[in-house]
Amino acid sequence: MLESKSTVFLVAGVGFFVLAFVVMGLLPWMIYMDQEEETLEDLVAKGIPHEFVELAERFPEQFSRHFPNGPTPSSFGDALQLGHDIYVAEGCWHCHSQQIRPVSNEDLRWGAVSHPSEYHNVLQRPVLFGTRRVGPDLIREAARRSNDWHIAHFYEPTNVVPTSVMPNYPWFFDEDGYPNRKGMALVAYIQWLGSWLPEYPYYQGEGPAGARSREGDEAALETRRMEGS
Amino acid sequence: MTSAASGALPNEDTAIPSASDLVIRRLVLWHFVAALTFVFVAMLAGLLFSFQLIQIYPFPGMEAFSPGRWRMVHTNGVAYGFIANAFLGALHWAVPRLTLRRVLSVKLSYFIFFAWQGVLLATVIGLLTGYAQAVEWGETPIFVDPVALLGLILVAINFLTPILKAKGPMYVTLWYFISAFVWTVMVYAMGSYVPEFFVGGTASGAIIGLFIHDLVGLFVTPIGWGLMYYFVPIILKKPIWSHGLSLVGFWGLAFFYPLNGIHHFLYSPIPMFLQYGAVISTIAVELVVTTVIINFFGTLRHRGDALRTNLPIRWFYLGMVFYFTTCLQCAFQVTLTFQRIIHFSDWVVGHSHLVMFGVFGFWILGFMTYLIPRLLNSAGWYRPSWNAWHFWLTGLGMLVMFFDLVIAGLIQGFMWKELAPWEATLTASAPFWLVRLFTGIAIVVGQLFFFANILMTAIHKRSIEPAPTPAGGELEGPSVVTA
Repeated sequence: MLESKSTVFLVAGVGFFVLAFVVMGLLPWMIYMDQEEETLEDLVAKGIPHEFVELAERFPEQFSRHFPNGPTPSSFGDALQLGHDIYVAEGCWHCHSQQIRPVSNEDLRWGAVSHPSEYHNVLQRPVLFGTRRVGPDLIREAARRSNDWHIAHFYEPTNVVPTSVMPNYPWFFDEDGYPNRKGMALVAYIQWLGSWLPEYPYYQGEGPAGARSREGDEAALETRRMEGS
Repeated sequence: MTSAASGALPNEDTAIPSASDLVIRRLVLWHFVAALTFVFVAMLAGLLFSFQLIQIYPFPGMEAFSPGRWRMVHTNGVAYGFIANAFLGALHWAVPRLTLRRVLSVKLSYFIFFAWQGVLLATVIGLLTGYAQAVEWGETPIFVDPVALLGLILVAINFLTPILKAKGPMYVTLWYFISAFVWTVMVYAMGSYVPEFFVGGTASGAIIGLFIHDLVGLFVTPIGWGLMYYFVPIILKKPIWSHGLSLVGFWGLAFFYPLNGIHHFLYSPIPMFLQYGAVISTIAVELVVTTVIINFFGTLRHRGDALRTNLPIRWFYLGMVFYFTTCLQCAFQVTLTFQRIIHFSDWVVGHSHLVMFGVFGFWILGFMTYLIPRLLNSAGWYRPSWNAWHFWLTGLGMLVMFFDLVIAGLIQGFMWKELAPWEATLTASAPFWLVRLFTGIAIVVGQLFFFANILMTAIHKRSIEPAPTPAGGELEGPSVVTA
């Protein structure tokens, strides 16, 4: 019987695959099903990071050309979506993860351990956990470095970090050397990653009001989980 | 079951149709040439990326030559260009022989050949122009996915028809093929559509884990093992050692392999009880794999000389040793203890290269070494010694690359844990990345020997003498009656 066509086709082929999909795919899906996936509008409504406003102040002429509405919520939404799409298209996620594990001192290096609720939004569809770190993790990157640092780094990473093996991205820049729409959007996206933590960035001792500590971030995430948001 | 063909003998027919009537030999060759073309492109893409890692990229700042995009050409080119094409060729050789029937439609086979190359070209162009999808190994642009899926469905129909029509008990190979056709279609549909359109966030991580793993485990592995169950007994002219172990191997793989997916995201926000489940089923796979390996080495008993005299057998068994290595490695690296250190590091890159190229790539190169002179109607290879160069450069290149990356991964993982500055981990990795570049070059040069040999064999096939007796290790091996 184990060698008959119908058994192999139905049990091994269809049956075991469906079983595994139910247990290992559908089950985690059902666990998080009741959590609303945040839309771009929801994400933007939480506030516009200072870095996006700073881009508009730093490059007024270029910014108004690329985002004619100024640093408004709708411009920020556009920038986030475009930045995310570039992040995917360029394969950034092959060398930069977006998850902090509770092991290997990752919380000391980067900040609060990742929480499922952080991924329930349209910009994590499909999720960008990543599987390899040639460069550092980016999910706590918001405000860790300045816009200028990122812009110089995208143009030629070795100018900023001599040992860097990251490629140059001159196509994020205009001919006159200013970041273009893509460049600004990607910087806005990177500077947004982790900005949803109430106490970011704890390592600089500045930012919005609230206790600035990793413990504070983790407590806030835990509260969020309890509230089922 | 002593021979593959006798098992599938139809009851109502007394005359066994000749293989030359059943097999579209030209198509087997075309698929092989396409596979080798894509593996060459994919290897060059890998080389490009390894140049980037040692900071001497030849085309800096050119959008279409961005290393990040070529990395996707590397992985997708190997999976869909090299392995899929080579498997389609081998299926066209093996399935008609095992079922004594043609594929459903020869026209459909030709259509699939051209459509698949079109899908691959569209994928490469899509990836290089910035239309990737954020699913590892499923980066295939969204607009290519429906065509690719339709292609896989047609492949399944084309090959399942003769298999399901064949009378009598089925040989092991066909168990693997039947389930592989079903699985591949479902895996591709799941990976391309579910995380993009239906499930987001953490849960999509679970689906992506399933996809990454099932692409290896439910498409490449079953067709690869199915072909081993076909080619090894034919070349050794003896049956598989134990039919019982064949059953254990197949059913164990079918049950445990699909459950492994989440082990790609251990310590992620995915619920811990599911991570534990994936760890346990992964370790179970290692036990199953051991039975398969025992079965094949039992088959080799009393014929160990074939490793010396028959190059295809040597490719196959080196691949099996690597398969056992990689599965044993997996049983350890999947534990939470190992994951603390080696996750995100080059250890995993070494592991995946050993699986995809060291195992399945080697099996493919092995059966190509066996089949290509037959497909060209040549008595043998133009220069058997070039095939030996191909074997040794590729094999040693792969072996050194594996150890190089595994050691690099351990160093990276421990430096990260010790909170070394990130730049310091790059400096520490640099020598390993240099060694990896050279192993890559060795592998590419090995393939050049193979390509040159194929070309010269095709040109000089009329003047090639059949190999006298197997001696010296680099010979084509005993001639085999292929019916």
